[in-house]
This record gives sequence, C-alpha cells and structure tokens, in this order.
Amino acid sequence: MKHFEVSHGETLLLIGPSGSGKSTFLSLLCGIISPQHGSIDILGTELTKLTAAARDRFRAEHFGVIFQMFNLLPYGTVVDNITLPLNFAPRRRDAARQAHPIETEAVRLLSRLGIDADMKAKAASSDLSVGQQQRVAAARALIGSPEIVVADEPTSALDSNRRDDFLSLLFEEISQSKSTLIMVSHDESLAHHFDRTIVLSDIATT
Amino acid sequence: MTIIRLALQSLSSRWFPALLTVLALALSVMLFLGVEKIRNGARASFADTISGTDIVVGARTGGIQLLLYSVFRIGNATNNITWKTYQDIARNRDVKWTVPLSLGDAHRGFRVLGTTTDYFEHYRYRSKQKLTFAQGKRFDDLFDTVIGADVATSLGYKLGDSIVIGHGLGRVSLLKHKDKPFRVVGILSKTGTPVDRTVHVSLEAIEAIHIDWKGGTPNPANRVTVEQVRQMKLKPRAITAVLVGLNSKLRVFRFQRTVNEYKAEPITAILPGVALGELWQLVGQAETALAVVSGMVILTALLGMMTMILTTLNERRREMAILRSVGAGPRTVLGLLVSEAGVLTFAGVLLGTIALYVGLWLARDIIDSAYGIYIPIQPPNQREFLVLGGIVLGGIVAGILPAARAYRQSLSDGMLVRN
Repeated sequence: MKHFEVSHGETLLLIGPSGSGKSTFLSLLCGIISPQHGSIDILGTELTKLTAAARDRFRAEHFGVIFQMFNLLPYGTVVDNITLPLNFAPRRRDAARQAHPIETEAVRLLSRLGIDADMKAKAASSDLSVGQQQRVAAARALIGSPEIVVADEPTSALDSNRRDDFLSLLFEEISQSKSTLIMVSHDESLAHHFDRTIVLSDIATT
Repeated sequence: MTIIRLALQSLSSRWFPALLTVLALALSVMLFLGVEKIRNGARASFADTISGTDIVVGARTGGIQLLLYSVFRIGNATNNITWKTYQDIARNRDVKWTVPLSLGDAHRGFRVLGTTTDYFEHYRYRSKQKLTFAQGKRFDDLFDTVIGADVATSLGYKLGDSIVIGHGLGRVSLLKHKDKPFRVVGILSKTGTPVDRTVHVSLEAIEAIHIDWKGGTPNPANRVTVEQVRQMKLKPRAITAVLVGLNSKLRVFRFQRTVNEYKAEPITAILPGVALGELWQLVGQAETALAVVSGMVILTALLGMMTMILTTLNERRREMAILRSVGAGPRTVLGLLVSEAGVLTFAGVLLGTIALYVGLWLARDIIDSAYGIYIPIQPPNQREFLVLGGIVLGGIVAGILPAARAYRQSLSDGMLVRN
C-alpha cells in the first residue's frame, strides 16, 4: 500500500479475503508490530518512532479493539472484561470515570448495547451467548471513549439479524463518542453502513 | 490490581491442574522439611542422651556399637565384662565414679537395666541434668524397680504395682521370671532419652532372677524361692558396660589407654563424644542420600509445574492476544506467567510447611515413644528457610521458560488470534 489515510470521526470498511494481510495490517495500525519501512502517523504521533512499550501504552490509550470472536477472558466477569483496557490506560480511565465510577460506566455501556446489565454485569463472560459476548467486546472497545475503534470481522460469528442489530448499536455509540471506526470484513454488503470502503486485495501491506 | 486479580482468576479457572501442581510441590516440601526435622531431632536426641560421662567401658567391640547398646539401648552386647574387671576399673586412681550397667532382659518390650543407685547420682543427660523422680524414690529392696516415664505411661503403671521381668529382649517373652515379681517404687520424670523406656533394677536383682537358671532356661530341679534368695549373698558375676567419670578431663586419654591395654580381658574404652562423631559420619552419608532424594523430588515437582504451564500455553494464546490488544506489553505477559509460577510455588511451599507442622504436631508423641526421637516444634531454621526460599526462586526460574515462550508467541502473534 502506497498510502493509507483515515480522518478523525470517519467510519471505514476494509474489504479483503482471508490471507490478504488484514490482521497484519491491524497489528501494524495498533502498533503491536512495527513495519520494516514506511511510517505510521496516528493522531499526530509517529508510531514507528515509539518504543515497543510506548506503542503498547499508545494502543491502550487510543484504541478499542474488537475481535472476530472469543473476545473475552472467560474467567473474568463481564465488568472485569469491559474495564480491562483501563488498567493500561490511565487517561482513558480518568475519562471513563468522569461522570461516575468505572463500574457504573461499564454497566451504562452494557445497557446502551442492549444487555440487561443488572443480570449480566457480575456474570462470568463464558456464560454469555456469542451475540452478548460481541456486545461486551464492543463495550470494552468503547469504554473511556478511545479515538479509534478497530474491529476485525466482529459480525462474522453472528447471524444476519443480530449482525444488523450489533452494527447499528455500534455505530450509534461510535457517533456518540466521536470515535473513528476501522472495520475489516470480507462481507461487502456491510459497505452501506460506512463512510468509505477500501478493498484490501490490491494493497501490498509489507 | 485488576491484572493480579485476573491472573489469579485465570489460575483458578484451571484449578485442577493448578491444585495438583501445588500438592506435588507441597509434598516435596514436606519430604524435605520432614527429613530435615527428623535429622536434627535425631541428632539432638542422641547428643542429649549422655552428658557428664567421660568414658564408657565395655567388652572389646566397635566404639559406635558399644555406645549404641550401652547408652542408647540399641542392639545387643556381644560380650560382658567380669565383675573383677569392673572392680579394677573402679579402683583406678584416675576414676572418680563408676556406674555399672547390666542389660539383657526386658519387660514387655522395655529394656531392663541392672545398675546401682549411683546411676541416679551420676547419669546426666542434656547439659548435665540429673534424673529426677516424678514419684517415689530410688530402689532399695532387692525386688524394687524404678521405671522410666514412658514405661509408666504406656503400660499404665503406678507406684506399688507388681511387675514380672521377661527373660531376653523380645517384646513378648516366652520365658519369664514369674516367680520373682518386682514392685514399682519410683517413676522417673520424662527426659526425652532412652531412660524413659527403661526399667531399672539393682545389679543384685539381675543376679537374683537368674540364680536358678541354667543355659537360658529355668532349672526346675533347682528352684530358689524369693525367701531363699534374700538370704543369699548375691554378687554380680558380669556386667555389660561401665559409665566412668574421671577426676580430671586431662586424664581421659591416659585412662583410655590403660583400659585398652588391660590384660586380663579384652575390653575397650570410648569417649561418648568421639563415638557420636563417628556415628554422625556414618549416618552423614545416609543423610546426604536423603537430601539428594528430597532435592530430586523438589526438582520433579518444579518440572511438573513447568509442564503444566507449558501445556496450557497454547490454549492461552487467545488470552494473551486479548491482553495485548487492550495495551498489555509483552513484558506483562511475561510477568503474568512468571508470577503464576511464583504464586504456585509459594502456595506449594506454604501448604507443605503448614502440613508438615500439623503432621509433626500430630505424630510427635508417636515418634517419640516409638523411636525415642523427640522432635521439637520450632520455626524453620536458617538453612530450612534458605532452601524454602530457594524453592520459590526455583519456581520463578522454572516459570521463565514458559513465560519466554509466551513472550515470543505474543510478539509474533500480535493481534492475530489463532484458534
């Protein structure tokens, strides 16, 4: 890829078949791995110039990540899982507890995403259905309003009804927190939800 | 804080293998501590048994053997020394006091010791402590007996009870000196030495109960009654060993040489401390072997823990990827696994130590009465603490290998989550 740019508050869909380097791309974007050449500039920070530890810290502060499935630590409660990133991101933690304690914020996000928080907040996350797990993952990505939410095929484990429910809830929250959403998928039918769509097959990510 | 809590939760979600690992570690720690405690207890018990005696004289034999049968009542005398030899020893100008010992009979598994009342005067244990009487007094009459504390408690004897001495050393004596019962006139206070398990009678009494015996069996044709025996002038013919106190410690070696060069009969003189030292040298090798074995067991338990963590690593790749995605550095992943190993080992060490002390507390009296080894319940000594700390350290080191692997995995996996 010669050049890739996404603006603040934009929602972007990356389409590509498996093996097209989507995960590598996301790892680069989040600063988990470093590119061999080229540069990554996020929110005015030159990611490639940071140390690995600083990139981890940067990721914690500015990114929310949703995986395809199995997003949650099975032994932790729902609230534990949602508040997990805040352990690594002091500023995000401060943002999350501006209005109320972080547990309350976690519960608020849960109910916004359509989960009966009173029943599920203290539940073990392994007791949830797949759809509920993805919503909890979304709540985790959104807590503390990070600037960028990265989602790696978050809907592929959901049937089409749940997929649409999930996406509309996600978009609602994204626009609320004014975050940028970058989602990877092989499903082109999702394109109409997004501001912009890029097909990844014609980019060389190395 | 949440990370530590999550690490513990992660561990408790794998509670069964974790528990087994902790148990294996605890058992190995118990083994190590148990060996240590018994070793130290045995040494202390032995060292405390004889004090204030300069020389022990017995028939010619090895120093350790003489010490074991005369003082510790372990094993049997190969030979006796004659009364005349004893008198010669007692008359030596270097000798301050002597206590003759005559062994060979038993009462329901407890050794019977024929001696004189000098025994209560000169025998000392644990930094020169004298024997004291819990009840009663020294033997006076021919058929009086003074019993040790364990004899009294385990057989339920009290003052005035009548007991029969069996012939030979078996727990169950087929031949008994039934016709000549003894009366308990004294019960000694607990000493934590073989004295507790000894029945003491006078030398004349030993002679009296054997007077009508011939060749190891009673001679029915030649019965001697209690009344008759009281009229007789009993003189001991032979004794097993003599405890000797000298006028001056400086004469120890001269006296020892005199005894060893005694012409009339082959006898030997030993210094209790020197013989104990020889014994420790002998036992030391067994102790080293035991220490090596417990070291191996600890190592095995640590390897088991390493295996446990390594095998769970693959299924925990997702856990690591999630942690990485929320901003945990690979160092956190490393630390998580190393501290997991540390927590498991520490739990094992703690559990093992507690279990050992509970076990010790429960088994102490049994060990004491069965083996005569009194194990004091004391906090781990410096050496034990060092080893316990070393085990925890070893556990952390054992955690480094799986942790390093997880570290590499999480570097290469990144956000990519393999199923």
